[in-house]
Amino acid sequence: MAEATRVGADSAAVHEVDSAGIQEMDPDAIHEMDSGAIHRKNERRPYGPLADSWRTYRLVAGMWIRSTMTYRASFALTLVTSFCVTFFDFVVILLMFGQVKGLGGFGFAEVALLYGTAGTSFGIADLTMGSLQRMGKRVRDGSLDTFLMRPAPLLAQVAADKFALRRFGRVAQGLLVLVWALLLLDVEWTPLKVLLLPVTVASGTVIFASVMVLGASTLFWMQDAAEVTNSFTYGGNTLLQYPPTIFAQELVRGVVYVVPLAFVSWLPALYVLGRPAPAGVPEWAAFVSPLVAAVCCGVAGLAWRAGIRSYRSTGS
Amino acid sequence: MRAVPFIELESLEKVFTVRVRGNAGLFRREKREVRAVDGISFAVERGEMVGYIGPNGAGKSTTIKMLTGILTPSGGRLRVAGIDPARERTRLAQRIGVVFGQRTTLWWDLPLKDSYRLMHRMYRIPDARFRENLDRCVELLELGELLDVPVRQLSLGQRMRGDIAAALLHDPEVLYLDEPTIGLDVVSKARVREFLRDLNTSRGTTVLLTTHDLTDIEQLCSRVMVIDHGRLMYDGELSGLHAVGESERLLMVDLERELPPITDVPGSRFVRSEGPRQWLAFPATTSAAPLVAAVAAKYPLLDLSVREPDIEAVIAKMYGGTREERRESLR
Repeated sequence: MAEATRVGADSAAVHEVDSAGIQEMDPDAIHEMDSGAIHRKNERRPYGPLADSWRTYRLVAGMWIRSTMTYRASFALTLVTSFCVTFFDFVVILLMFGQVKGLGGFGFAEVALLYGTAGTSFGIADLTMGSLQRMGKRVRDGSLDTFLMRPAPLLAQVAADKFALRRFGRVAQGLLVLVWALLLLDVEWTPLKVLLLPVTVASGTVIFASVMVLGASTLFWMQDAAEVTNSFTYGGNTLLQYPPTIFAQELVRGVVYVVPLAFVSWLPALYVLGRPAPAGVPEWAAFVSPLVAAVCCGVAGLAWRAGIRSYRSTGS
Repeated sequence: MRAVPFIELESLEKVFTVRVRGNAGLFRREKREVRAVDGISFAVERGEMVGYIGPNGAGKSTTIKMLTGILTPSGGRLRVAGIDPARERTRLAQRIGVVFGQRTTLWWDLPLKDSYRLMHRMYRIPDARFRENLDRCVELLELGELLDVPVRQLSLGQRMRGDIAAALLHDPEVLYLDEPTIGLDVVSKARVREFLRDLNTSRGTTVLLTTHDLTDIEQLCSRVMVIDHGRLMYDGELSGLHAVGESERLLMVDLERELPPITDVPGSRFVRSEGPRQWLAFPATTSAAPLVAAVAAKYPLLDLSVREPDIEAVIAKMYGGTREERRESLR
């Protein structure tokens, strides 16, 4: 927060000099100038697109948090509700693990590890990017226009749209299961395995987020396609929370080679557990997740740009 | 060095492909091209105030959306302040202000001032400049008492004023207004117009406005562009539009008593009468003074008023005319 204020102040100083300069100039002189030259100095942003997106995200998300706070009763109620939902979800897992000693040859703590890594990754992606699935409405009613008029990256604005803190519950749940799994797990920890876990969660988050962005990109063309994306994100999350051995091989191949969701948690987690990777994937594939995440990111970025370019707005 | 126009369009086009469910079957859809903007060229200089009018679906909003970079043109060339809007949308956004009459940029549940604070940070407006601009808008648009009111509680007119202020806090060089007075009452309309006129004269802000309310144009714009079917039909002074459209003004006279129709005053045409009141039409391009003098010389005149030509009728005639012509040329 403090840093943002400082950066803001810096850019403010630049702008100040500029606008003062304009006022002192002869109007005709401005007219004669290459019209682009006047503002060029403060157009060059002192930050890259990522920093800019992050700043925008925080600004917009902050506004939404304030908005929800205005309905205090409603906010309190939602908070209680989502806490209950998360809590009961957790109870369900406890009950399930209490009854079943293993799933598809996987022990209780092992399933918890899969559940925890996938759940945490998905939770973070959903918290930060989950609003993207509601972009279809913005496209349909044309309110995306107002986002496009602002001097801020569109993706950050849409991702932060209707930002809801209650989605943090999902992250908390995933983390809880993960920590719990790590406590129970009887694995021979090597430095590589220890390093692999945070990398896995980070890459998983990026892969889920990329799929969400990719899905949102299709909304520029097909405004009702959100459900298709959900089947990959929410559906993928559910899939990844269980061992690959309980699913049909075709399905497993699909999430390895077609939609690379297996890299979110399965492959790295299976390596940590010392289990063979599914669908004939070599062992080193466990370390490819960051690469897969980067590729997904790139593909999603391209799709997003193409989407914006073909945005059609509405009639009025 | 030749001055580069601030806004420059060259044979700008926007073609939408619309899928229509035809007779071919339930799932097969026919593709049809809709040329929303069909080769428009014009240039606007810095500090101009231009009205952009046309019937519904003429391509007004589509043009504005291309000017702001929201839509990518299908063809032609477009520059605003030397920037290609679709390519550098966010860079251009710092320099333009947009008000869509039917869409608000304000935050529904938050007090008005919160929306302005977001603008302040998002546009990176220097603090002093922000305060100065906000104070000015608050004063001229009478927003003082509204700053702490959640936007959802504002009336349409109040919200529109709030939106206009929001679009101006970052000192845009050009302001696009899409139907800025739609749905407003007379008082609010007058206030908005007054503000826009002041903005244009005191700050030199270029203003491009689309409207269906021709009074907006009459009171604000020296230049008007008429668009229909995605083509520019007229570009020039408002008065020129009268000449083109052969429009007429109306002189309403109240006589002392009921008299036969006034048909003997040259340069005028009797329209109708209602008791002692009569209406005379005369060409919009001529002065009313000689006509009034002639009537007063011959008839016992009590009162009179002149009604400006009904531009709406002129423009309707113009649209109608172009359609006729097009049909002719097709034949």
